This record gives sequence, structure tokens and C-alpha cells, in this order.
Amino acid sequence: MRLSTVLTTALIGFSTLTAWADGKGITPLLPKMETECSSCHIAYRPNFLPKSSWQQVMASLDKHYGTDASLPAADTKEIADWLNTVALDVGEAPPNNRITQAFWFTRKHGTNHVKANVWQRASVKSRSNCQACHVNADKGDFNEHNIRIPR
Amino acid sequence: MKFTLHTAAVLTSLAIALPLAAAANPILDGYKAEIKGTFTVAAGEKLYKTVGPNQLSCASCHTDSPKNVGKHAKTNKTIEPLAPSVNAKRFTDAANVEKWFKRNCNDALGRACTTQEKGDFMTYVLSVK
Repeated sequence: MRLSTVLTTALIGFSTLTAWADGKGITPLLPKMETECSSCHIAYRPNFLPKSSWQQVMASLDKHYGTDASLPAADTKEIADWLNTVALDVGEAPPNNRITQAFWFTRKHGTNHVKANVWQRASVKSRSNCQACHVNADKGDFNEHNIRIPR
Repeated sequence: MKFTLHTAAVLTSLAIALPLAAAANPILDGYKAEIKGTFTVAAGEKLYKTVGPNQLSCASCHTDSPKNVGKHAKTNKTIEPLAPSVNAKRFTDAANVEKWFKRNCNDALGRACTTQEKGDFMTYVLSVK
């Protein structure tokens, strides 16, 4: 793929994500998706991953980042179909389909923004624990003014 | 005199039987009927604390006692208590129970739980007051 195409796609995806992250219209989550996908962590926003990543996630729930998160087939299909309609088709799938390894994530959470030792704090524990600092993450609000990094 | 004794006997029987009937759980009864066996609190407690091939046990997230508020071992998410004595919603929705047995037995034991194990587990958790 030509470099200019890659850059354009990345920039569109990045700016879309950051514009949305600033609170310009929070997509309501499918209730079933919110219920099922917040069993163990917050229901991550559909815009956090490209469509292709979501498809892979939903096709491998029994091997979900080291755990079994399987659902009845009908529920899986309902959630997967909805994600297919609302997720963006831009950007490359991040390594291992991990939100925390996406380009935009590493840019926003680099050491110039977040000290390295923050992730080791018991109150934070992991980059996937958005709620630890983004106090309204479960409501889809990632506005940078609503961040409080705990001790 | 006789009347009073008879009434007392009936009332006493009811006092014993009613709590037992109230404590009956349709899901547990279903397991019992399925394998026509018996479940024990001791076996359930042992299972609860068994560490499996992934270095995980039920206690890893649900803590040493199902009465406690738990925490997801990886994500830190709060987990409401498992024991119905503290959290009345637990073990009331059969589909939900099966969903979590499927997932968590795979994680904790590396395989599906047998009906015997599910029954023992429930018997233990339901007994924790």
C-alpha cells in the first residue's frame, strides 16, 4: 500500500477517534453488548478497534486474551452483527487485536503523558483498566478533562 | 391439652420444613435429578479452592469466601459476592449459571465442570451464611 494512503487512513482514523474521544457524540451501546462485555472490564467503545479486529474478537470469545468469555451463539451473533455496523473500517488491526497496542493508544498514553510507574500501581494494574483513570469510561466519556490518575 | 400439643407439633414441623423448602434451589435440584447423586459442602469447598493448570482457582477472583466482594484477577473489576446469603440474585438464572460455569471452569480447571462438580460447588456456596 502506498505510504500516502496509509498515512491518510491513519490520520482520518486518528482524528475521528480523538474528536469523538473529546465527547463529540457518544454512540449508545447495544444493551446486550454493554451487559455482556462489561462482565469483567468496561464495555470498550466500538470505535476503539477497526471492524476486522472486532470480527476476530467475536469469533474467538473462548480464547479471549487468555480467558474463556464465550456466550450463547445467539448472543454472540447479535453483538457481532451490531459491532459490524457501528465499528469503523479504517486503520490497521493492532497487534493481537489489542486496543492498548493501537497506534493512537500508545501515542496518548506514552511516558510524556503517563509516567511508566503508574501501570504498576495496585489501583491501576493494567493499561486495559480504563476506568482506573478515565472516571466516566463506563459511560463512554474519555474526555481528557475527566481524568484522575489514582495513587 | 392434646390440641395444644398437636398444634405445637404441626408448628414445629413447619418451622423445620419451611426453611428447608425455602432454601431449595431449582437449578441445584436439576443437577440432583440429572445424576441422581448427592452433593456435599466439603467437596464443593475443596473444588472452590482447587488451583488448576492456569494457576487459577475460584478463590483467585471470588476470594477465600464466597461471601466477600471479589475482584477480577486481571482487570481489577469488582465482583459482587457469590453467596446467595449475601447476594440474593445469585443462582437464580439458569442460563447465567451455565454461562459462568462454562467460562470459569475452563479458566480455573482447564476443562468443563461435571454435573457432580457443579452440584457440589453450588451446595457449598449456598451453605455459606
